[in-house]
Formats: sequence, structure tokens, C-alpha cells
Amino acid sequence: MISQVPFEHGLILAGALFALGLIGVMVRRNIIFILLSIEVMLNASGLAFVVSGSRWGQPDGQIMFIFILAMAAAEVSVGLALVIRLYHLYQSLDADRASRMRG
Amino acid sequence: MILVWLIAIPLTGGLLAWLLDRGDDRLPRWVSLAAIAIDFVLALVLWMQYPEKANVLPGGAWFVEVRSAWIPGLGIGFHLAMDGLSLLLVMLTAFLGIMSVACSWTEIRERVGFFHFNLMWTLAGIMGVFLALDLFLFYFFWELMLVPMYFLIALWGHENRIYAAVKFFIFTQLSGLLMLAAILGLYFAHARETGVYTFDYLELLGTSMDPAKAMALMLGFLVAFLVKLPAFPLHTWLPDAHTEAPTAGSVILAGLLLKTGAYGLLRFAVPLFPQAALDFSPVAMALAVAGILYGAVLAFAQKDLKRLVAYTSVSHMGFVLLGVFAWNELALQGAVIQMVCHGVSTGALFILAGALQERIHSRDLGLMGGLWSAAPRMGAVGMFFGLASLGLPGLGNFIGEFLVLFGAYKVSVVMTVIATTGLVIATAYSLWMVQRVFFGARREEPRPSDLGVREMAMMAFMMAVIVWIGLYPRMVLSTSEGALNTLRQSAGVSAPSERMSHTAMPGANDDGK
Amino acid sequence: MRTLLWLIPALPFAGFFVLAVFGARLREKGVAAIGAGSVGVSAVLAILAGISFITSPPPGGSWTQTLWTWIGVDGFRPAIAFYLDALSLVMTLVVTFVGFLIHLYATEFMSDDEGYSRFFAYMNLFVGSMLTLVLADNLLLLYLGWEGVGLCSYLLIGFWYKDPANGSAAMKAFIVTRIGDAAMAVGLFLIFMNLGTLNIQEIMQKASHTWPRGSGLAVAAAALLLGGALGKSAQLPLQTWLPDAMAGPTPVSALIHAATMVTAGVYLIARTNVLFLLAPPVQAAVAIIGAATLLLAGFSALTQRDIKRVLAYSTISQIGYMFLALGVGAWSAAIFHFMTHAFFKALLFLGAGAVILAMEHEHDMFRMGGLRKELPVTFWTFLIGSASLSALPLVTAGFYSKDLILWYSWSSENGSPWLWAAGLAGALLTSIYTFRMVFLTFFGERKKEAGRRPGRVMTIPLVALAVLSVIGGFAELPRTLGNMPVFSEFVNTVLPPVKAAGEAQSAEAAMQVVTSFVSLAGVYVAYLLFLRKRRYVEGLAATRTGRALHRLWFSGWAFDWVYDRALVQPFFWIARINRDDFVDLFYDGIAWYNGFFHGALSLTQSGKVRWYAMGIALGTVIMVGIAVVLL
Repeated sequence: MISQVPFEHGLILAGALFALGLIGVMVRRNIIFILLSIEVMLNASGLAFVVSGSRWGQPDGQIMFIFILAMAAAEVSVGLALVIRLYHLYQSLDADRASRMRG
Repeated sequence: MILVWLIAIPLTGGLLAWLLDRGDDRLPRWVSLAAIAIDFVLALVLWMQYPEKANVLPGGAWFVEVRSAWIPGLGIGFHLAMDGLSLLLVMLTAFLGIMSVACSWTEIRERVGFFHFNLMWTLAGIMGVFLALDLFLFYFFWELMLVPMYFLIALWGHENRIYAAVKFFIFTQLSGLLMLAAILGLYFAHARETGVYTFDYLELLGTSMDPAKAMALMLGFLVAFLVKLPAFPLHTWLPDAHTEAPTAGSVILAGLLLKTGAYGLLRFAVPLFPQAALDFSPVAMALAVAGILYGAVLAFAQKDLKRLVAYTSVSHMGFVLLGVFAWNELALQGAVIQMVCHGVSTGALFILAGALQERIHSRDLGLMGGLWSAAPRMGAVGMFFGLASLGLPGLGNFIGEFLVLFGAYKVSVVMTVIATTGLVIATAYSLWMVQRVFFGARREEPRPSDLGVREMAMMAFMMAVIVWIGLYPRMVLSTSEGALNTLRQSAGVSAPSERMSHTAMPGANDDGK
Repeated sequence: MRTLLWLIPALPFAGFFVLAVFGARLREKGVAAIGAGSVGVSAVLAILAGISFITSPPPGGSWTQTLWTWIGVDGFRPAIAFYLDALSLVMTLVVTFVGFLIHLYATEFMSDDEGYSRFFAYMNLFVGSMLTLVLADNLLLLYLGWEGVGLCSYLLIGFWYKDPANGSAAMKAFIVTRIGDAAMAVGLFLIFMNLGTLNIQEIMQKASHTWPRGSGLAVAAAALLLGGALGKSAQLPLQTWLPDAMAGPTPVSALIHAATMVTAGVYLIARTNVLFLLAPPVQAAVAIIGAATLLLAGFSALTQRDIKRVLAYSTISQIGYMFLALGVGAWSAAIFHFMTHAFFKALLFLGAGAVILAMEHEHDMFRMGGLRKELPVTFWTFLIGSASLSALPLVTAGFYSKDLILWYSWSSENGSPWLWAAGLAGALLTSIYTFRMVFLTFFGERKKEAGRRPGRVMTIPLVALAVLSVIGGFAELPRTLGNMPVFSEFVNTVLPPVKAAGEAQSAEAAMQVVTSFVSLAGVYVAYLLFLRKRRYVEGLAATRTGRALHRLWFSGWAFDWVYDRALVQPFFWIARINRDDFVDLFYDGIAWYNGFFHGALSLTQSGKVRWYAMGIALGTVIMVGIAVVLL
């Protein structure tokens, strides 16, 4: 039987991953890296779900994780498609250059 | 069921007009014309039946009614009903609806189907406003008429249309929101008192609440209606919207949308909160008189024909406000006549302005002048409606204004005297308008063609209505009589005029003690 | 006959309707037949009505015909109803008969004008409205006619619309009279509020029961009605529109601005005489206004160059006499003067029209002269009219009516020597300016060839009116001269008799001698100054005070100037500075602040994803921080 990882440790790891991802989103200008960082953040929240699920012995956490995985996959496919379009348009992957619409 | 048809026919007609817009412009026009004409015939049929039915009912009140549940959980019902007052206004709506379709016949050339869709939906919304007796439903129709109107101005308007459309929308939307808040306030106040959650007008009548709250709720309604009316100083959306709207839009705005404000005052603001309305009536009458004079002076100053006519509306609707808050039979009857006649005569003036713009591509009074020799029929018609707007006896507007003034005199001599001076300024701006457009020497050469058969037919109908009401207003008066009496009764004994004459003589009571 | 009463006003209205709708398609002959014919038939009906009214006087002395209830709201039920009694019969006869003659004249006068059918449409509308006014049985219907004639006056003054000057004269006429009408409207509100009716006969009865003599409400009611009368009848201080109204075609000036419409004020006061009797201060004001107006207008008439403006000021002055008569309580004398004035003033205007036509639309008398030989019929009829206006003794209608007014202004209960003196001075002025006009136009050297001569259709009305201007006076022979007061006996069935202080017959005879002498003296003065010794008057006018007075009188005592500065310009100024509606500034201000904050906040919207991410993160941290601190 695998020894139980303490609940808090799992959450701290998730928090740390999330913070890393967030910093990545904020400091990187390359869209690919921003996307990667978002993946990290998504997975961090997924981890938090799983940990919480095991803490209370509920299946919901794992359901949510699968849900996040599916969403992340969809998001990445759309995101990468956009990246390709952006690259064609600007000949670069700099996110700040795609600010013309001020959205 | 006929009431539902009144609303459903234009809704369907509008949808059809939109769907049938496939290259041929004529189809949507005919479909809309047919729809609104059917409505008019329905309203006429109701009017024919009115005397018999009204005699059966005590006080001549609701002689057609439709009531079914809509959202019963919240006490929202689908409750339409018609009395003499709504009947008159529904007829006016259908009549001006026909005119507005007819006056767009050659003016609108782009997106004809969508235009008529918006036109019909606005008209349906207005019909609904005049018929709804459930406050939630009323609010629904109130909003329904705004959005298509916004599109009418924003899409088919003149140079500055976006500004005007947005201004119109913000004014009416914000004030409508206040009304919604007041409706909800009333809804909860009623529930607290009786334990019944309902939006039904007839049940909400006579809800008692403390004066401060009643005043606050009354003001919520009042602001919405005063913006629509429009009363000084909430009128500034109107000149812009009227000026920039396409002709049909101006006709509907001036002829009908303004009347929804007056109707709201008559039907809701005063009867629901009689005491608060009474307390507020000196202020309201002062605003009315200020509007009469202010609108008249501004009308005189304008250089844009449509803007001039728009400001005359401010002045004329001031009489309606004065009449409503004088709240005796003379003044109320006067207000109703004024509503109908102002709708027709101002509508006609806007149609004329539109016809002129089609011909000389300008609304600038400085560029007009001397049009009588080129277009005598147009000149005669313009003169006629100019005279109607200055209140010439024998024309309907005179009956309205004078009845209001006769009634208001009973309540406040000072206000009446000041309002009467408005008649002099009305003479000045009406004659000034006619003078600038039709008289003098023609400045530019291209001679505009005179009114054609279609335009002349419209004008003939409108002139006939004005003369008919001016010489024989009794058919209109007797139609609204029962409804107005019922309103006055539902407002309780505390009708402003009676109360005021009591408070004017405090000595009499003191002696009794 | 009684059931056909409604046809008298209805026929001209029908004529108007036909001409307004089909006029453009009719030829001149057809238009003339409808235009003059409708009024002619109406005149015949009026005469028939008069005969049957006089031969078989109805009980109560009046006929009423109610067509339908006009408005019926809460005790307010004025009807479309016509009321014929001696007073309205006299008015109706004069309006239809003189109106018909003027229409006849106009069929020729206006020929070849491009607005021929429009002209007759307006004229018919006028006659219909005027008849409604005089036959109305309630004040609201009277008000309808009242505004209707004002409208027609406006339309016809501005008939030649291509000249903006005509348009502004027309607007001035309508707006100035509308000021009086607004007062009158308030008067109607007051009367209805306090007496509960607008029916004239009921008002008269109830007023004398409810209001004591001199009560505040009676004074207010009478004063407000007087306001309306002042505007319509061009009396001080609302007289300024009438001289400008001469911009209209001459038949219009004859019909509207001399014979009928401008005397509507006199009719109104006579019709509601009970109210004025209940309000002595107002009645005194009527007399004083009348006296002041007749003098001021007389002076102004002395200096005019335009023949029609002389006649216009003369009209103001003569209506001043009628007001004087009303004010001293000589009701029948006022109506009598109205009748004779309608004859001779219409005649003078029509004669002036013939002269103007012959002079190719020249109005300036100083460019005319010596037309006696060239236009003999016009000259003789014009001379008869002038004699009647100047009240030359015994043979003219004007003598009998004016003499009556002067006598009562002295001898009646409300009379005073001052009023009499003003009237007498006015009589002198009248004959001076009248014969100044005659001498300048028809005597002296010829300055211009006469062009178009009046044809037969224009001559008939001139002759008919000339005859009436002579024999019209014999309807009322004073007691010193035959004592046959037929006219006053007839109208006194309606109007209260004069309350005379009971002066002796010899005093009246002496007065008549004085008046006769004064009017003859005026003719002689005019002969001296304007025909024989022109240099006197030229020398007089060249002095400093002469020039100043001339300017003052020529401009109608500078009333226009004062009103322009005191009322018109300020109104224009207010209108101009507020053209953009200062209320909108408030809403513009709100919009501006919204725009400002919008701009400030939109700076944060850089379009850079990284900034947004940081914003989200910061926001979350702050929210969580707040939550932690608070909980």
C-alpha cells in the first residue's frame, strides 16, 4: 500500500505549480510558452482537485480532472491553430504584437 | 381575442415583411400596409360596437378583456383590456401606422423588409402599451417598442443618426428602468399589505402605503412618463431623435410614442398613487407651463424644419401634462383630444417635412422659401397644419387646448394665464414656419414637384380628421368619457381639483369647528 | 326663413370649400361666379331674413337656431348655434351687402392675378367667419369666427406672398391681434368658471344677478374681453398692425380692414354690454382709449404719403369714435357709426383702389394729382365718401352718426367735456386729412397719366356705396332735424338706451352747429394748406419741431419702434441665444463625464495578454486578501 501523501503537501505542490504557470503567463512573450504555462496552471488546478478528492474520498475530484483534461486538449488545439494564424500574420510569436484590437 | 389580434397582426406582418424581402420592394410594403390596415378596421369595428357595449357596463369601463395566466408563480398575467381611452389611442396608432407605411413608400429604399419589420414591431409594442393591464406585461411592451425604434433611427436616419438614436435609447431606457423599479416596489408593497403577489393593475389600484413611499414610487413612474411625454426639462432627447429619424420614425415618435407617456400618466401614475400625484400636481403643472413656453420659444428659434416641429411637440404636450394634473373632467377630456389631434397634426407636419426633404434634400429653413408657387398644394396643406398647431378654432387642436385651459383654470388661475400666453408664441412659430418655407421669393431654381396622389390622399385624410374633431368632437369625447370617469373614480375622492378647491378655502372648515 | 338662418354663413363657407378644392381648375368667370355669387345669395338671404324679422318680430326679439352641440363635457356645452336679433341683423346685413359689393368689385380688380381663385377662396372664408362671429349665440363660437377672420386677414394681407414685406406685415397683424385674443381667451375661462355658461344671453342674465356693479370679477371679465376688442379693432395700444395691413390687395383693405373685421371689437363690446355696464372703470377706459386713439391716429393720418395708409389711420380713428360712443354708453350710436363707416370707408378704399390701378400700383399721393378729369366717376364717388368721412353737415351719412356720438360724449351720464373736446378736435383732423387726400390726388397738376380705367363691374359698387354714404344717415334723424330715430329704436330692442343727463334740445342744436362748422373749417384748412399755399405747410414741416413732429406722426407715434425695442428684439434675443437648448448642456455634461472616465479606464485595456493575466492575478489576490482580513 502506497503511503499516503499528506493533503497539505499536495495542495502546496498544486499552489506552487499554479504560481509558476501564472508567472510564466505574465513574463513570457512567446505565445507557445504562454500556452504551455496555461497548461501548467490547468494541471495545477487539476492536481488540487485530485488531492481534495482523495482527501474526502469522493470521486468528484477525479471527474473534474478528466473534465479539465478534455477542456485543456480542446483549448490547446484551438490555441495552436490561432498561433499558426498569428504566425502567418505577424511572422513572429510575440503575444504583445497581437494587441491591435485592444481586447 | 380581438385584442390579441390587434397586437399579433402587426407582429406577424412585420415578420412576413422581413421574410418576403427578396428583391421586390413592393411586397414588404403591401404586406405591412395590409397588416396595419386590418388593425385599423378591427379598431373601427370595436368603435362601432362601443356605444352598445359601453352602455351595458357600469361606467363604460373595460368592454373587451383578455385574461390568462402567463407566469402564475410570480403573479404575472397576460391581461389585456380596452376601454374608451385605449380604444381611441389604438385607433390613433393604427391610423398613424397606415400613414407611416404610406409615407415611407418612396423614401425608404434600403433594407425595406427589415425597415417594415421594425416599424410593425414598434407599432405592435405601442398597441400593447395601450392595452396591457398587467404591469409586468406593460413593461414588456414598453421595452418592445423601444428597440425597433432605436433601429429605425440608427439605420435609416439622417446625418447625425447614431448620436440621436443612442441618446433616445439611453433616456428612455434609464427612465424605463426607474419605472421597473417602481413597479417592483409597488408589487412588494401590495404583497406586504395583502399577501398576494400580483402585477395586475386592477388589483394594485388602491394599494395603501405610507406617503413617502408612495411619492417615491409615483416619481419612478412619473420620470418614465415625463421623459416620454416629454416634459421640461427631460425633453432634450426629443429634438435630436425627431430630427434624425426617417419620416415614418418621426411620425411614430411624435404621434404615438409621446402619447404612451401621456397614457401612462393617465392610466398608472395618477390612479395608482392619487395622493402623491395630488401633492406633486403644483410642480407638475409648473413643469407643464414651463414646457409650453420653453418649447414654443425654442421652436421659434430653430433653423431646421424638423427640429422646429419637434420643439412644438414639447410645447403641445405641455398642455397634455397640464390637463392630466388638473385632473377634472374638462381638463382630462382636453388632454385626450389634444393627444389625438397632436398625433395627427404633428405627424402630418413631419410627413410634409419628409416630402420636402425628398424633393430639395434639405431641412434647412434658410434654403427654403417661395415654395408656394411651385407646390401650391403642399403650401396649402402646410398652412393648414401650421394653423392647427397654433390652435385655430374649428380645428381639433383648439378643442384640446381650450378644454385643458378651461379645466386648468378651475385649479390654478395663474398657471392658466401663463399657459395662455403660449398661444401667442405658438402663433409666432407656426406663422414663421409657413412664412419661411412657402412664402417669399424662391431662392434656388430646381422647382420641387407638388404633392402627388399618394401624399395628397394621406393629407386629405389627416385634414379631415382634424376638421372633424374640431367641429364635432363629441364622438371622441363620448368615447373617452366613461373611461375618464372610471379613472377619476379609481383615483378616489382625492382628485386634485376637488381637493385643491377645498384647501383653497380653509376658512370654510374653520368656521365649521 | 328662420330655419334657413344657418345658410347665411354656410354659403360663403361652401364657396370657400369649392374654390379651395377645385379653384385651380376653374376659369376666372367660374371663380368669380362662385366667389361673388355665394356672398350675393347670402346677402339676399340676409335681406329676406331681415324683412321677415322686422315684419313679424319674434317673441323675445330674437331667433335662435341650434345646429348641434359642439362640445359636451361636464356642463360645458357650447353649441354651434346662431342667434339673430336686431344687433346681429344690422351686422349681418352690412357684412353681406357691403361684402357682396366688394366681391363684385374684386372680380374685376383682381383679374389676371395668378392667385385669382385663392383670393376668392380666402374672401369667402372671411365672410363666412365674420357671419359666424356676428351670429354666434355663445362666446366660444364667436371666438371661432373671431379667430377665423383674423386668419383670413393674415392670409389676405400676405396674399402677394413673394414679397417678404407682405409676409411680415401679415404675421404682425395676426400676432398682435392674437395678443388681444389671448386676453379674451382668459376672459372666456373666467366667465365660464364663474357663471357656468358661455351662452351670451345667459351670461348677460347671470352676470347681472351674480355680480354687483363694480365687482372685481365683472371688472376683470370686461377688461379681458376689452383686450380682445382692442387687438381686433386696432385701438391703443394694439393699433400698430393696421397701417401695415395695407400690404394686402385693396378690396381686402376695404372689406376686412375698414368695413367689417376691425369693427368686430365694437360688436363684441356692444354684444356683451351688460358686462361693461357692471364694470364702470372698464367702460370709462373704453371711452378714454377711444378718445386717445382717435386723436393719435388723426395726427398720424395727416402726415402719410401712401393713400391707403391715410385711410388706415382714418379707420383707426373712426373706430376710436365708436369706442368713445361705447364708453359713454351710447350703444346704438356706436353701431350706427359702424354702419355708416362701413359704407363710406369701403367706398373710399374702393375708390383708392381704382386710383391705384389707374396709377399702375402707385400708392404715393404726392406722385398723383389732377385725376379729377381722368377718372370722373371715381372722383365724384370718392368725393362723396370723403364728405361723409369728414361729416359735412346734413347731406352725408357720416354727419348723422358722428354728430350723435359727439352729442352723447357731452351729454350722456358718462360723458365729459374732455371727451367731447377730443372728439371735436378729431373731427377737425378728420376733415383736414381727408381733404388733403382729395386735393393731393384729384386736384393740382397732373403728374402721371392714368392707365387702366375702372370698368362697369368696378363702377357699380362705387356708385352703390356712394348712394348709401348719403342716404344711410337718414335712418337716424336727431330730434333737432326731424326726430326720426328709426335706427336706434330698432337696435335698442337689444341694446340699453343712452342714459342722458337730459340736456336741452337747444344745446343739441348748438352742438350740431359747432360740429358742422368745425368740419367745414377743416375742409377749408386743407384747401388752404394743400392746394393754395403749399409753402405754408412745407415751411411748417421744415422747422425743427415740425420735422420732429412729422417723423413722430409719420411713424404712428413711434409705437412700432418702442415695441420693437421692448418686446420683439428681446424675444428674438432670447430665442437666438438659447437656440441650442441650454437644458441639453446638463445632459451633455453627464455624457462628457462618462466619456472622460471611459477614456481613463480604457487606458488599462492595452491588448497585451500578459497584463490582463497580471490584472486577474492581482485582483484575485486582493479579493482573497480582503476575504481573509474580514473573516
